[in-house]
Amino acid sequence: MTAACVLAVSATALPLHDRADASAGRAAQTARDTPLTTVPVKASATGGCDNAHPETSLNPSSASGPAVDKIKARGKLIVGVDQNNYRWGYRDPNTGDIVGFDIDLVKAIAKDILGNENAVQYKTVPTKKRFEAIRDGQVDMVVRTVSISCQRINDEKVSFSSAYFKAGQQLLVPLQDSTVKDFNDTLKGKKVCTASGSTAEIKLDADPHGSKKVLVDNQLDCLVLLQLGQVDAALTDNALAAGLAAQDPAVHLIGKPVTTEYYGVAMSNKYPDLVRRVNKVLEDYRSGGSDSAWQKAYGTWLKAVFPGVEGPPEPRYEG
Amino acid sequence: MTHTQQSGQSGGGSDVLASAAGADTGRRRPAWAGQFGMLRAAATTEPGRLRVIGLLLTLLVVAFGAVTAWQITDRSAAADDVVNRSEPLSSRAADIYRYLADADTTAAGGFLAGRQDPPEALARYQQDIDYAAKYIVEAAASSEGSDRAKVQIRILNEQLPVYTGWIERARANNRLGYPVGGSYLRLANKKMTTEILPAANRLYGIETARLDSDYSDAKALPWAAWGLGVVALGGLGWAQYRSYRRTNRVFNQGMVAGSLATAVVLLWLVVGHSVARSGLTDSYENGARSLQVLNRARIETLQARANENLTLVARGSGKTYNDNYQREIQDLAGKKADGRTGLLAQALAIADDDKGSEPVTEAMKDAKVWYALNATARKNDDSGDYQDALAQTIGGELKDHTQATKYTALCFDGVDDNLQKAVAHEHGEFQQAANNGRGALGGLAAGAALLAVLGAAAALVGIGRRLSEYR
Repeated sequence: MTAACVLAVSATALPLHDRADASAGRAAQTARDTPLTTVPVKASATGGCDNAHPETSLNPSSASGPAVDKIKARGKLIVGVDQNNYRWGYRDPNTGDIVGFDIDLVKAIAKDILGNENAVQYKTVPTKKRFEAIRDGQVDMVVRTVSISCQRINDEKVSFSSAYFKAGQQLLVPLQDSTVKDFNDTLKGKKVCTASGSTAEIKLDADPHGSKKVLVDNQLDCLVLLQLGQVDAALTDNALAAGLAAQDPAVHLIGKPVTTEYYGVAMSNKYPDLVRRVNKVLEDYRSGGSDSAWQKAYGTWLKAVFPGVEGPPEPRYEG
Repeated sequence: MTHTQQSGQSGGGSDVLASAAGADTGRRRPAWAGQFGMLRAAATTEPGRLRVIGLLLTLLVVAFGAVTAWQITDRSAAADDVVNRSEPLSSRAADIYRYLADADTTAAGGFLAGRQDPPEALARYQQDIDYAAKYIVEAAASSEGSDRAKVQIRILNEQLPVYTGWIERARANNRLGYPVGGSYLRLANKKMTTEILPAANRLYGIETARLDSDYSDAKALPWAAWGLGVVALGGLGWAQYRSYRRTNRVFNQGMVAGSLATAVVLLWLVVGHSVARSGLTDSYENGARSLQVLNRARIETLQARANENLTLVARGSGKTYNDNYQREIQDLAGKKADGRTGLLAQALAIADDDKGSEPVTEAMKDAKVWYALNATARKNDDSGDYQDALAQTIGGELKDHTQATKYTALCFDGVDDNLQKAVAHEHGEFQQAANNGRGALGGLAAGAALLAVLGAAAALVGIGRRLSEYR
């Protein structure tokens, strides 16, 4: 065993090192070679966000711009994803591959820009770091059930694609003997779990109904706390909660969604060409009625756990 | 007062001497009555003085023997405790910690392998838990009276079943392909690293402190015995000198024999205890101290491995785990595993022979490779190449469909195996040296007591001869 471990250094570990270094170096080189055109996107300009319709995005276009060209030159799309979001973006433990509804969309974008749905470098970004990863240029985009909001557009300096899914905050409770009946005063004195930094936390702060907030790093940890009986309910996007409920038939969603949230692909607000291009991909993704790529992905990943969605939300464009 | 009346009767002193020699039992007056009389007589007559001198010398020599026997029995018991009680307990506590940490490491590693934990990982985990539970029970049975140790053992007893329960939940969910399994694993790891292992660590600290205190008890210098020995020998010498001045006889055979016996006890005491001390010091320097460093190194190794695995289990939110890994590998092998600082460097510095240093050197080599390979795996994982990162960590198929031939699991095993070898060697060293030390005290207590009684009797006989000259 010792021998095998020691051999590694002299034989192959170093070449591996070199290769990784070289590819990282190339990426950095490419990034330097491409001057950044800082054209502010209208929809994302400070104060330009319409709180009634934060999901309004730029008009779709398949024209190439600096950001799209950069991705083409690199030959790979770098996407920030989640690996723990069941049915949306997670590792299939059988194959080790990352799969889900979000991942199908990523593949469609890669196919459109690069002609190869597998020309993707998946980077797992934690919830707290997802916008930072965009701003720092570590990823081209983040596709991991990101809710579109004006706060994020204005403060986090990100632009969103048109909405690709409509969801809302809803309560997840144990199937049996839960005294929490809806997002109302039945929450009084109850412990409600939510992920820190999520839109659900904002909702819970604004409208606690006498509940006690329990914060975790990841929505998934809320399911653990529910199963261990350490919280009485979890507030999270119903589409995500459906992914949680799919892992445990003893919990279910109750009441009505208390907010309306749209998921969008998050990108840097410096690259309107990429936003338009993704919107164009989404146009194609949605088209085709019941045969659309969107419906196929919905059928594969979500329909069983989150039934009743007729189709994708209607896109809104401006500028 | 009673004694004033009786003190006038001279000759009362002789029965004291007689009874001190163990001969007379049938006299009417109690022994103390004669003592006071003798004290009064001592100031005035030579026989009286001789009686006082005889009494004092007898007391001194007997006290020297008694104190020697007592102090050596104490030290011998402490040395016994070092070998038979506190060192095994301290080692056991380290074992408890190590088995628990190994269970956690193995659970995380098995989880990474896919839906089903590999059978060998399941077996190793189960064995770890079984041994840990067994040793916790043993520690509970042998931690007599130490409340602090009991508190730690209670925490271990309460929290370990919670931990194993969560691990089973993690496995069940993982088998179903549910990501919540990873959440349970992380939760279980948190319980292990923030509650269970710290309790095991405190238990180890308590047992090690007890070992240290047994060491210092066994090595404490027997000043009282030494002092009394010197005084007794001096007293005997002075009495002989006095006798020589008064009688011109060079030797009083009884007193010479008494002096010899006393000198032998003193010499035996000094040499025996010094040898014992040096054996114990040797067992500490070359055994116990090395063992402590090596045990800590093994623990650090296990935790580094657990965190390395969990970095992959956490799937993207593993920064904390990776930070922990980096810190632990640095504690183990120095900055960037350069081997200049860290526990392995310490272990190497205090290893006293090739057999002790060789495995540590090997462990260091493995740790260096481990560090380099981990960096490669991390780089791959960070750039989205999970499959290669996984294969470089636990083995398996690389992206290019070849089997990984080098992966950090091998290096971890290498470090762990070598440290285990070093521990076994140092433990042998410890036992040998400690037993040598302990052996040096063998028979000393009983021998000192016997010789002192003989010496005192001989001195008495000698003084009795002088006294008889006045009859």
